[in-house]
Amino acid sequence: MTRKRRISWFKFASPPAFVALVDRLAPWLWAGAVLLAVAGLYVGFFVAPPDYQQGNSYRIMFLHVPAAWMGMFLYLLMAVYAIIHLSWRVRLADVMARSLAPTGALMTALSLWTGSLWGAPTWGTYWVWDARLTSTLLLLFLFLGYLALHASASDREKGGRAASLLAVVGVVNVPIIYFSVKWWNTLHQGMSVTPTDAPSMAPSMFAALMLMTAACWLYAAAIGLRRAQVEALEREVDSEWAQRMAGSTEGAEAPVPEPGAGRMADERGQG
Amino acid sequence: MGRALWTLLRRDVSLIVTRRQDVLTVVAFFVIVITLFPLAVGPEPEILRELAPGAVWVAAALASLLSLDRLFADDWRDGTLEQLALVPQPLALVALAKVLAHWLALGLPLVLLSPMLGYSLGLRGAELLVLPASLALGTPVLGLLGGIGAALTLGVRGGGALMALLILPLFVPVLILGSGAVSQVMHGGDFLSHFYLLGALLAVAVPLAPLAVAAALRIALD
Repeated sequence: MTRKRRISWFKFASPPAFVALVDRLAPWLWAGAVLLAVAGLYVGFFVAPPDYQQGNSYRIMFLHVPAAWMGMFLYLLMAVYAIIHLSWRVRLADVMARSLAPTGALMTALSLWTGSLWGAPTWGTYWVWDARLTSTLLLLFLFLGYLALHASASDREKGGRAASLLAVVGVVNVPIIYFSVKWWNTLHQGMSVTPTDAPSMAPSMFAALMLMTAACWLYAAAIGLRRAQVEALEREVDSEWAQRMAGSTEGAEAPVPEPGAGRMADERGQG
Repeated sequence: MGRALWTLLRRDVSLIVTRRQDVLTVVAFFVIVITLFPLAVGPEPEILRELAPGAVWVAAALASLLSLDRLFADDWRDGTLEQLALVPQPLALVALAKVLAHWLALGLPLVLLSPMLGYSLGLRGAELLVLPASLALGTPVLGLLGGIGAALTLGVRGGGALMALLILPLFVPVLILGSGAVSQVMHGGDFLSHFYLLGALLAVAVPLAPLAVAAALRIALD
């Protein structure tokens, strides 16, 4: 009994199983992301009290902080997939890394944008060469470099391996860049404005922050997996299973069928 | 193994040095970029002096980026690189020898010229010793990191601009520490800590970067 129930995770490294899995998972992830975002925004806007110093402008933190976390987390995750791709030549790992990169870049850009919107009323300026801002900007460049290198090679397989190597080199350098920028900043200018950590947060603020973080996480998972699904189908567009998948989704509102042996035999018969 | 590397080093250095205009182009580029700073910012000595460490370091980083374009490209085009990948010595050592030769032929001239350019921007005394020393420690790291970018962009459309996007963010720590060391001397601070950290970066880059370069070359040669 127990042996039968164990999920074999390696199964999902095969593209057809992965594509089918995403079809099952994605709606739940989307639903979770929307529900949590609605709950988080409600708590953030209507339950959490205004900050005693910053008034209401602090509320952008509920998007800013999760976006900044997701940006860093996605770079790490991308590098993990890149290592898997380079070590074991798992193609799907490259598909995953490539699919997470645009979302990571988006999150990093979003955290810069919301941060500057928050900085305008709080610090009196949209941009300062603060250590965190600067290193986040550099992180965005690392994402863009990865995407550009991936796209530049004429051969997608080769471009994927080069980009994976770049991601690994980048993740080794991220801490060095971060600490050097921090050091540079403390040496060069006595900051007139520093992003001070809130000493203690009201529980409702914390709840809103956590809800929004979970929402961002689910959103990133949903969109990343969906992008990976499309990419996996695109890469093996000539294979029989990809043709079958494309055919099944073209059939308008028909639910996506389980890839079963019987059906496969049917289609072979028709062809 | 030592002899093979020595041979490769001599071959690469003499190949670069025989085509004198390659060295001259990079040196001229370095000088011209520094010349642009006074022209863009204005001739006030105090401002130029404040800018000097950063200006020289930015020029050095851009010059090494420019020259790295050619690090593997010629050998790759005529098939030499494929032969080098077949030699019994590890490809990482071959890569290290090539980067070292590249630095000796194209990096060292910048280090030697830097005191003169620093002087022209208003650096004086000990600053004129710390500037070349920081470049001597830092530019090899730039070469090693840039080697990774050069290998990754082999045979890729629009390689030059792409390489800048890949490599310049990785140059940031070296740039901060290198120009920071000179700034510290200017303001009577402690520049040795910068040197220690630059040395640490070099000590980490020498064994690790060639491995990444070799892996990238294998991808390009596939």
